[in-house]
Amino acid sequence: MNLIDRALGVHPQALEVRSRRMELLAQNIANADTPNFKARDVDFRAALADARQTALAATQPGHVREAELTAKDGVMYRIPFNVSFDGNTVELNVEQAQYGKAAADYQATLNFLEQRISGMRKALKGE
Amino acid sequence: MPMDNIFGIAGSALNAQMARMNTVASNLANAGTVGGSEKDAFRAKRTVFKAVLEQQTKPSDVNYQGGVKVDAVRDDPSPVRKVSDPGNPLADKDGFVYLSNVNEMNEMVEMMAASRSYQNNVEVVNTTRQLMLRTLDITRS
Repeated sequence: MNLIDRALGVHPQALEVRSRRMELLAQNIANADTPNFKARDVDFRAALADARQTALAATQPGHVREAELTAKDGVMYRIPFNVSFDGNTVELNVEQAQYGKAAADYQATLNFLEQRISGMRKALKGE
Repeated sequence: MPMDNIFGIAGSALNAQMARMNTVASNLANAGTVGGSEKDAFRAKRTVFKAVLEQQTKPSDVNYQGGVKVDAVRDDPSPVRKVSDPGNPLADKDGFVYLSNVNEMNEMVEMMAASRSYQNNVEVVNTTRQLMLRTLDITRS
């Protein structure tokens, strides 16, 4: 881990996981009327743990250090509150609420990152 | 970056909901259409959606992965009404015409559902756009 990565902490990976979660929720909302579609969501803890673990160790110069977050990490099927006739497990109000929360979470992570970066700028400028 | 895909996903949903709105408009417009035989009578159309899955996407459609598309447009199987109207030029030899099986109530409900889903996806696009803009601003602080 180099110095800048250490300064930014867990937040870059967290941002990655949060944006994946938003993508999954967008898929759920898009498929709210698709027969037999099963809603999915990210288990944040598992996904973040995976994102941190799968980073490959760079032992040689020229090694690619960071591994991409794969699509399957921490993704699970949602258990619906009610069953529907067409086999669809998307509950639109649940998805809407989760999407709002995911957007707020994303902004929170962004704020943390912003603070870290502005801190680094201050250190560089020596103000 | 996964956030790029959200525009494709929500866009595909907007497209699908618009197709649904179109079939509703067509059904409502043809609610009063009569036919000269049971086969010719207008039948309400329904769109059936399908998720765009990983295995089925062409490389060019990779942005729509996880989105939705219109799988089929099916006829409503409910029976058509038959009324006696001997004066109608379309009437068969017994003086019957065949009305469409469009149920206006169902169509209005369908229209509301489609427009709500459309709004939902517009909201998804708006939120995502704002977040992306904020992400761009991250180094400016």
